[in-house]
Amino acid sequence: MERIDHAASELREMDDLVAMASPVHSLHPLAKLITTIAYIFLTVSFGKYDLSGLIVMVLYPVLMFELSGVSVKTCFYKLRVVLPLVCAVGLFNPFFDRAPLLYLGSAAVSGGVVSMVTLMLKGVFCLMASFILVASTSLDAICAALRKLHVPNMLVTLLLLTYRYISVMIDEVSVMTTAYKLRAPGQKGIHCSAWGSFLGQLLLRSMDRAEELYSSMQLRGFCGEFRYADVKPANAKDYVFTLALLLALILCRYYNIAEIFGTIAFGGAA
Amino acid sequence: MHMADALLAPAVAATMYVASGTVTGMSVHKLKKDEDTQKLPAMAVTAALVFAGQMINYTIPGTGSSGHMCGGLMLSALLGPQAGFLSMVVILTIQCLFFADGGLMALGANCWNMAFYGCFVGYYLIWRPIMRSSWFGSLEPRAAARMRIIAASVIGCVVTLQLGAFSVVVETSLSGITELPFGAFCALMQPIHLAIGLVEGLITSAVLVFVFESRPELLQDANCEAKGITGRRSLKTTVIVIAVAAAAAGGVLSLFASPNPDGLEWALFGNSEAGYSENMALDEDNFGIRSGAADAAASVQEKTAFLPDYAFSNSESAAGTTVSGLLGSAIVAGVAVGICVLGGFFRKKNRSA
Repeated sequence: MERIDHAASELREMDDLVAMASPVHSLHPLAKLITTIAYIFLTVSFGKYDLSGLIVMVLYPVLMFELSGVSVKTCFYKLRVVLPLVCAVGLFNPFFDRAPLLYLGSAAVSGGVVSMVTLMLKGVFCLMASFILVASTSLDAICAALRKLHVPNMLVTLLLLTYRYISVMIDEVSVMTTAYKLRAPGQKGIHCSAWGSFLGQLLLRSMDRAEELYSSMQLRGFCGEFRYADVKPANAKDYVFTLALLLALILCRYYNIAEIFGTIAFGGAA
Repeated sequence: MHMADALLAPAVAATMYVASGTVTGMSVHKLKKDEDTQKLPAMAVTAALVFAGQMINYTIPGTGSSGHMCGGLMLSALLGPQAGFLSMVVILTIQCLFFADGGLMALGANCWNMAFYGCFVGYYLIWRPIMRSSWFGSLEPRAAARMRIIAASVIGCVVTLQLGAFSVVVETSLSGITELPFGAFCALMQPIHLAIGLVEGLITSAVLVFVFESRPELLQDANCEAKGITGRRSLKTTVIVIAVAAAAAGGVLSLFASPNPDGLEWALFGNSEAGYSENMALDEDNFGIRSGAADAAASVQEKTAFLPDYAFSNSESAAGTTVSGLLGSAIVAGVAVGICVLGGFFRKKNRSA
């Protein structure tokens, strides 16, 4: 049953990270959302053998992690979720694609190996980028940004409400599973005789709670939309950040910066 | 089944975003029209519950392993397909943002694979027809309804999970990510999800039967008998409806499943040797309308193509520039390390100040 406790502590950890103060944290949420999406979009658009072109994309997450002071360790812990499927898909490439693509000294590296490494790096980079967005922006702020982008109000409100209720539900399920575990020592999970009643009980209680919740929200004047008070209007810094970063990312996508660096270094050496 | 960003090409991801976005928009519109906003807290609480419930391990009798719950069909059965879909979208968004389960750009594809099939296909093609059918009519009404819930949950979970797994294969293959042949990838994914779907179906049915026993009014279409809409379709008609739907879906999907990597293109142009395209008056070079604007668009597309044409022809030049590429990569790595060192230096300075 540790899985659920892990989830609870992961959520708390994210809350702590969001509460930090740094230049990245103080950026406007919309600016961060746009740059993150652009970054992920451009990163996955690299060709599958374009390893040298992709390498330069590491600079954005590294810069953001350093500026925000968020530890990269927490992010890499989450790789355990991302890597299995990426590996499952990528690991076959070296077997199916054996044509040598490049030579390191006398050793030939096949196209499959290059495409596998590229795929895995893409996975890691995209995770780092979306992690830094969530670690430096509260969900309230992200929701306010989504509203600015005209995402339907109902969806955004539902996202906020659900997020608030998840910690409550995780606590309840955690208490129930612990109680069950203590009464059924040595058993791996919930026995099939209790499959329905275990979650069913909680479901019925929660449905009643939802009705009370709605009444109380209405009594407090809820008319279908939350107010997002703590989002400051965007200032010049946010515009400069967004434009400069978008420009840099597009340059990195269309020019192989690593190769240009390499050529310049070679030119210098010769 | 959550897909990471790296598994999708931007074009495929964008297409799936449009598809899921359209369904989301339609669901919001439908709920607004029905003035179902008071459902919001119920949706939020149920979504949170399903989220937490997915982390419970259920022991599978006799095997020693454990299974997990399926969200889409259960949410649809409790809230209706539109509200269920929106709740699933929210669950997937939170999983993606806070638990790195599925990527931000792959969210559209994930919503389609897990929420759309589970909520809409599962509800309209499986749950509702079965719940309104006269299946198990020989039993007493309550027992019959219970059996219908079990049948609908198990069939629903198995079918929607198979569809979802197949979509993952199609999306990954269309993205040109894996060298694994389409057929082999399918053979890898489908059987695993058959077993998962079966277990998830049983867990879902257990929860729904419990809800039915204590509060039948919470389930969609469960108390049709009281409303006098039961027995509208016999077992035979329901089976025929599902079989026709499955055959139609299979026919469309098998288009993609041809041994040729791009089934659609093959179907249009591929067998020209057999005189097919002559007969159909299709010629790849002259297909479509030629105009100045089209040529200009093609050249722009060539320059800005986000989906590069993965060909080996580039590999020679790639090998030629390898050395400078490697050196450049080392420089980039050096810059990255430099940023870290500088960051550490400034942080220490701030702390001591």
